[in-house]
Amino acid sequence: MKHSSFFWFVLPSTLLMLAFIAFPIVSVVTQSFYTAHEQVVVQVENCGPFGCTQETSVDQEATAALREAEPMGEFAGFEIYTDRNHLAFGEVAAAWVNADGLPDFGRSLMNLPFYKALAFTLTYTAVVTPLTIILGFFIAIAVNSVARAMKGPTIFFSLLPMIVTPLVGSLILFWMVDARGILGAGLQWLTDDPNLSVKASTGLMWIMLMVYGVWHAAPFAFVVFYAGLQTVNTDTLESAMVDGATRWERIRFVVLPHLFPLVTFVALIQLMDNFRVFEPIVSFQASAHATSLSYAIYNDLGGETRLLSSAAATSVLTIIGIAILLSPVLVRTWRDFDRK
Amino acid sequence: MSKATRQPPSVRIMATSFLVIWLIVAAFPFLWTLWGSFKVEGDFFSKANWANAIFGTLTQEETGSSFTGAGYYGAWVQEEFWRAALNTTLVCIFVVTVSLTCGTLGGYALARSTHRYAFWFLLFALMFRAMPPITLVSGYLLPFFEWNLWGHLYTTVIVLVALNQPFTLWMLHSFFKNIPKDLDESAMVDGCTRFQAFRHVIIPVMWPGVITTGLFSFLLAYNDFAVTTMLLSKENQTMVPKIASFLGTTQTKGNVMFAVSAVVSVTAPLFVMVMFFQRQIVSGLTAGAVKG
Repeated sequence: MKHSSFFWFVLPSTLLMLAFIAFPIVSVVTQSFYTAHEQVVVQVENCGPFGCTQETSVDQEATAALREAEPMGEFAGFEIYTDRNHLAFGEVAAAWVNADGLPDFGRSLMNLPFYKALAFTLTYTAVVTPLTIILGFFIAIAVNSVARAMKGPTIFFSLLPMIVTPLVGSLILFWMVDARGILGAGLQWLTDDPNLSVKASTGLMWIMLMVYGVWHAAPFAFVVFYAGLQTVNTDTLESAMVDGATRWERIRFVVLPHLFPLVTFVALIQLMDNFRVFEPIVSFQASAHATSLSYAIYNDLGGETRLLSSAAATSVLTIIGIAILLSPVLVRTWRDFDRK
Repeated sequence: MSKATRQPPSVRIMATSFLVIWLIVAAFPFLWTLWGSFKVEGDFFSKANWANAIFGTLTQEETGSSFTGAGYYGAWVQEEFWRAALNTTLVCIFVVTVSLTCGTLGGYALARSTHRYAFWFLLFALMFRAMPPITLVSGYLLPFFEWNLWGHLYTTVIVLVALNQPFTLWMLHSFFKNIPKDLDESAMVDGCTRFQAFRHVIIPVMWPGVITTGLFSFLLAYNDFAVTTMLLSKENQTMVPKIASFLGTTQTKGNVMFAVSAVVSVTAPLFVMVMFFQRQIVSGLTAGAVKG
């Protein structure tokens, strides 16, 4: 394809992506170095019969005018990154000095908003991604080897948790595990504790969020693996059987190596999606127990005072996190391409 | 399946029961919520006995029948959920059309170009795909306020189209790769320009791939929360942020049933979609993976 026709064909997409993905990244990075203007304070001297008093008051008009003139605020450098709501170097150093062993240090870290969000996001990604792959693999194996008759209904019902809006899907689960819902009541009966409430317990909330994550994502892994299983070479399977391989050996040495490229693909997509976990925290109203990086940004942006700079700094840190997470995959793709 | 590969009964029973459990886990929450949306709050969240949600004991007492449409009336009429539904419809229609138009052009070029920059283009698209939408939203807000673009439906449409482009390009690129090169090249030998070849030869045969990609664009627009909740003013809200706002305001008024019926209303079109387009959804999910 000629360079010029390639250029015209990709022009609309390129413009869109530059304007609404690349440019906002630049804008976020810039914003994160600025902080909102402080209010303009004027000193007024009131002189009365009992002498003069100094009074300070906020000059509303001047403040508004200043904010109007420079909407990004004033330059702050790395100040926002190091404040208590983000990397909190000062607080971390203090916690390290005062800490009574590692667990205590960890506990003080969990009181800092950024580290709390980071801890949940990483745990969620690390737990949900492998569980999704394992569950999806077992469903695919079960449908493929045994119950071909169940293929249609399984695919249909399995697609539902994945297709349904994350906010809505997590709400549905949340209502069921409410202390007055069927699952919540079931849990109370199982543990024989009438006061058990998922909403009130940090541990249970984390587990519930991860259960939702697996429920939502396993169908995707299932569908991809099922499609992969259709292309397993039957000759290889049969010769393995002739050679006396057991069922597990066949799965282990024939099926799994065949599916391995698909596992990397699913893992890549899942890492990206799990790292941005956000909607379930809104639905579960879990922010007291678990926040994620995306939720922290959402929290800064919402509400009466939009903390643009704070949100921008968290966004930049999130983007750096994703870059670290995906760098092995990107390097590998690049090497593969180079070899071709 | 040949006799040799047939499974012994113990394995079959294990696998079947595992599947049945998974199906219950996957489908039961939806059925439960659908059933419960026709009850009153006292039954849906039953302190006394969870079985009330099935038989509707309190619903019977309060309304005289074991089913009530009060939640739906409250959500759609009283809280004007129809307005949100209308907005969602508009957003979805425009997002799907615009992103498919840009995506087919770009995807076609990426599939046919053998130059190195086509690969770099796709790699950048993949990196953009990894950006959480909410991080980008924090970059939109200030410029959009300054230029008075905030709150309108068209801003949201164009943002969603842009966020959707990386995925659309990847998917259509792999579909176009499967259409033989000879087709458009022979048209060009016969004197067509590149665009004429695309217009007269490729467009007539590309529809299966385009429909599949369109379904996913639709899902992205329909399911989005991060962008729509931040960029739309209250009267332009689509369905998903509207439900989120039910959680804040109406729950205190004891009208959680509004949210429940709104949730069922949002799920119903998706249910129908899975029913009719199951094959396309499955082929779309596997397109990127199996074909590499």
